[in-house]
Amino acid sequence: MSNMLKDPAILRELIMDHYKYPRNHELVDDDSYDSRHMASDSCIDDITVQSKIENGIIKDIRFDGVACTISTASTSIMSELLKGKSIDEAKKIMENYFNMMDEKPYDEELLEEAIAMMNVHRQANRIKCATIGWKAMKEMIDKE
Amino acid sequence: MLDVNEIKKDFPMFRKHQNMIYLDNSATTFKPDAVISALNRYYEEASVNIERGDYLLSHEVSNDYEDARLSIAKFINAKRKEEIVFTSGATDSLNMIAYGLMDQLQEGDVILLNYAEHASNILCWFDVARKKKCQIAYIELTMDGEVCLDKLKAKLDEYGSRVKIVSMAYVSNVLGFKQDITKIAAMVHEYQALLVVDGAQSVPHMKTDVQLLDIDFLAFSGHKMCGPTGIGVLYGKFDLLDRLKPLRYGGGANARFDIEGNVLLQTTPHKFEAGTPNIAGALGLAAAVRYLSDIGMDNIEEYEKELKKYMVEKLQELPNIKIYNPHTTSGIVAFNADGVFAQDAGSYLNTRNICVRSGNHCAKILHNLIGTDQTCRASLYFYNTKADIDAFVNACAELNIENCINIFF
Ligand SMILES: Cc1ncc(COP(=O)(O)O)c(C=O)c1O
Repeated sequence: MSNMLKDPAILRELIMDHYKYPRNHELVDDDSYDSRHMASDSCIDDITVQSKIENGIIKDIRFDGVACTISTASTSIMSELLKGKSIDEAKKIMENYFNMMDEKPYDEELLEEAIAMMNVHRQANRIKCATIGWKAMKEMIDKE
Repeated sequence: MLDVNEIKKDFPMFRKHQNMIYLDNSATTFKPDAVISALNRYYEEASVNIERGDYLLSHEVSNDYEDARLSIAKFINAKRKEEIVFTSGATDSLNMIAYGLMDQLQEGDVILLNYAEHASNILCWFDVARKKKCQIAYIELTMDGEVCLDKLKAKLDEYGSRVKIVSMAYVSNVLGFKQDITKIAAMVHEYQALLVVDGAQSVPHMKTDVQLLDIDFLAFSGHKMCGPTGIGVLYGKFDLLDRLKPLRYGGGANARFDIEGNVLLQTTPHKFEAGTPNIAGALGLAAAVRYLSDIGMDNIEEYEKELKKYMVEKLQELPNIKIYNPHTTSGIVAFNADGVFAQDAGSYLNTRNICVRSGNHCAKILHNLIGTDQTCRASLYFYNTKADIDAFVNACAELNIENCINIFF
């Protein structure tokens, strides 16, 4: 892990950038995509994540919805990070991400930009924002 | 005027959280010592069931429970205490009303609601309407959330005698508009419909006189008025309440029954209270009502009005804050900061020890009216001060996206 990615100023910028310019932020009308709509009463975020998984490879991830900084940025980062990965690789990354949320040991190298979310547990009620998109993706991967 | 610094001393929450600025009173309220000791007294000194024991203590607690009913009746000026049913809260009461009226509805009947209602005053009606093939229609609101009489009349004229029920919050939990229930009731009754009032956000904050208002059914929760959680009230005019069908059956609600399935129900209100009720909750709610009455509901309403006005004036000085309900008089302020998602704002305020609520406040269809899905809501109670508001406004001045992200570092 480059130390640059540990600089709070850079992590802050990362979140801001993914919030203002979310990646893969458009849903497609395509039957080959699986889709999950995530909305809950306790969290006001309301997002939909789509994924196209073929031969054990995540070919594409897209999302859209009404969401806060943390859920938008975390889902945007997730979409870039997991795209192109095999299911096994993705599962490993996700496990580490959820460990980070739970304040358990995790491998920073695997998480790349997602470590921008390393401090979300300091606002414990926001963990659900940082995991909403990831949980949607996990459901789709677990189904495979 | 209220001596709020003295009042605060009555609340253990303020002793424990001295720096907390609590502005989420529409969600729930703090409990004064008087309420907590009423609960403790029951559990520590009189923890027996009611109406069943042949011993003195049971008799005494039964009397206390019925006295609690009487205090609630007096608090809302019901004609008699038999018009008061203890429930688990406003949601429970509204469900009991909706399903209890179901047998009186026919296919094609209309239930009138509006877009500012809380989920608890919508979803039960949706289900009842679906089951009985009734229609739900919505009365149009003004931008402030007011149910205008001419709009109500328009709907009543449009559907005529098919309208059987009009249900609305006295004060909405998002915009805080206080409806003119007396006039609304008169019009609804002119069309022979029933008026159901959700008093969850009104009863805690102002004097309620069900006779003067001519309300048919009223629902409210104890925990939003300094009382315990898990207790609430269903009020109904006696004849109407008596005709309501109970949803739950069991011990305490029947007088006798036989193996053929013949059941003689208890009289109203006991037939609605099957099972061992929330005895502690009822005693605690009675203590809350005593506490509020000692302060005076008119004093509370007047003080909150003044606080709300102060809060709106101060917030309006901030260029980054938009207020959605500056003109409503109850102590609820719905707002957003420019470019900041409501939940981000809520978390930022949390880091400044300020408790507000962000979200769609269970009124999920309101965005049609105010043009946004999400707002932050600051809601006042009589124990808030202008100093609370100053701290809140100072923190609001700092609401921007950078600051909201900084809290994670
Ligand atoms: C207007 C309104 N109605 C009903 C309710 C439901 O109250 P409870 O959750 O206590 O049943 C609330 C609570 O938020 C409310 O604000």
